[in-house]
Amino acid sequence: MKTIQKMIIKKVNTIALDTTEMVLVHEEVARTAIPGQFLHISVPGHTLRRPVSIADVDKKEHAITILFKQIGSGTKALASLPVGATLDVLGPNGNGFNLQEKNGDTILLIGGGIGVPPLYYLGKSLVEKGYKIISVLGFQTKDYVFYEQKFSKIGKTIIVTDDGSYGEKGLVTDVLNEIEQIDCYYSCGPLPMLKAVRSHLSHKKGYLSLEERMGCGVGACFACVVPTNDDSGYKKICQDGPVFQAEEVQI
Amino acid sequence: MIDLSVELPGLSLKNPIMPASGCFGFGREYSEYYDLSRLGAIMMKAATGSKRLGNPTPRVAETASGMLNAIGLQNPGVNEVIKNEVPFLAQYDTKIIANIAGSTIEEYEKVAKAFNQTKDVHALELNISCPNVKEGGIQFGTDTEMAARVTEIVKNASDKPVYVKLSPNVSDITAMARSVEKAGADGLSMINTLTGMQIHLPSKQPLLANKTGGLSGPAIKPIAIRMIYEVRQHVSIPIIGMGGISTAEDVLEFLLAGANAVAIGTANFQNPFTCIDIIEKLPEVLKQNGFHSVKDAVGKGIVDDSSNISCP
Repeated sequence: MKTIQKMIIKKVNTIALDTTEMVLVHEEVARTAIPGQFLHISVPGHTLRRPVSIADVDKKEHAITILFKQIGSGTKALASLPVGATLDVLGPNGNGFNLQEKNGDTILLIGGGIGVPPLYYLGKSLVEKGYKIISVLGFQTKDYVFYEQKFSKIGKTIIVTDDGSYGEKGLVTDVLNEIEQIDCYYSCGPLPMLKAVRSHLSHKKGYLSLEERMGCGVGACFACVVPTNDDSGYKKICQDGPVFQAEEVQI
Repeated sequence: MIDLSVELPGLSLKNPIMPASGCFGFGREYSEYYDLSRLGAIMMKAATGSKRLGNPTPRVAETASGMLNAIGLQNPGVNEVIKNEVPFLAQYDTKIIANIAGSTIEEYEKVAKAFNQTKDVHALELNISCPNVKEGGIQFGTDTEMAARVTEIVKNASDKPVYVKLSPNVSDITAMARSVEKAGADGLSMINTLTGMQIHLPSKQPLLANKTGGLSGPAIKPIAIRMIYEVRQHVSIPIIGMGGISTAEDVLEFLLAGANAVAIGTANFQNPFTCIDIIEKLPEVLKQNGFHSVKDAVGKGIVDDSSNISCP
């Protein structure tokens, strides 16, 4: 049977503008979490839980890192919780990225803004499996950039900012032509970015991780859905996703 | 020993707690958290005559002490529900209440007839109050004559007891309750969500794709209590109460106002174990307040106005 996980906050850092990195400790979650899954976190004083993707796992230390942007009152309240506090969490939820399937040798990770975090744990896991990783990470401005060094350690990393205040100027899709041969891509970020990425890389196999406002977070309420491309209806992002094959969903 | 059992038309309940329709899907997801046999009953997500895709996203928004939703009755259609979902729930020792919705009287009739063919469904909840689709039944839920008509048709189409789910988006809920009672309703379930809206500041537009949504959660509890309290004094059929319940104390409040059993909705999202926690705590809360059973408490909060004519 599933249960509510009580996760203790070990560290809280502001790592970029409005962006919080939080390290949580929990043996079972650390042991079972796979890249692309999320935690559905209860925030004091708020009716709905907040889905936050898993950015990194240290299985030895039982540590799970999450990153989130302080956008509204819920994420601000979450960011203000002190070290030592206990979070009430459902998860790890969702399907995560498929690491079993063999997808060539070189994998491109394309992240935008707060869509970057899940790609880090994914990239680390892929490197362990022997894949070569290339990362393209887009941010609004220099102030929002995070994890550049961490990604650089697992492979070639290109940073892009909308205004050119850091790295290359433009959108993540502007630099895709510079990338050498890749076999497959994984992407997470805002919808317009995912659309542009999919159309640029339509000849490649790809996976998209989607975000949507969630209710229950377990598949019961049908709030976070995405239409499928075969017109069969909707898939549930929290339960069938958040990771989908690029051609599977209408975005 | 506190007696939690409740006898309602078609429903011998071991306890008065059931998850509310639309907040529990068809039970599969929450069956991974606990044994569904512990529940008094389960109100299934609404079924319509044929498959419905529902509304575009965003479909939910958080509010102060609650949430707005505009799912739009997404469901695979009554035949698929009977084929794939009812057998799953029938494995559990609990009662199954099928919520039926439609955009025409004929559709309600079709869904009611379909569920009548399965012995595993113990009662129908007639959804004439979904505020989230243009033709989702709300037109039947705001007009006393149409509500009576659809109640009669569904009663004639089915041998199952029919609980009519009332909309709070009316000026006189007692008139609606009396009308469907007269038309043959076996019980009421109330309240559905209140129509609301949230404007998203960054886009300066309504946040929900459907623009409006149904408000639920603790924010609406006082409205539910008031409406049940009023309706209880005008009808004799049982009431399944709902609207913002998250604790055993809330349940007692609903019983005192005149509900015979209760349903838990939004609180399941915050805590998947809400129904179970309430079932465990309810005996103690009843005892602390001087009651030996759920039945003892029903309607005990209603003050007889005729004996209390002085106004402070």
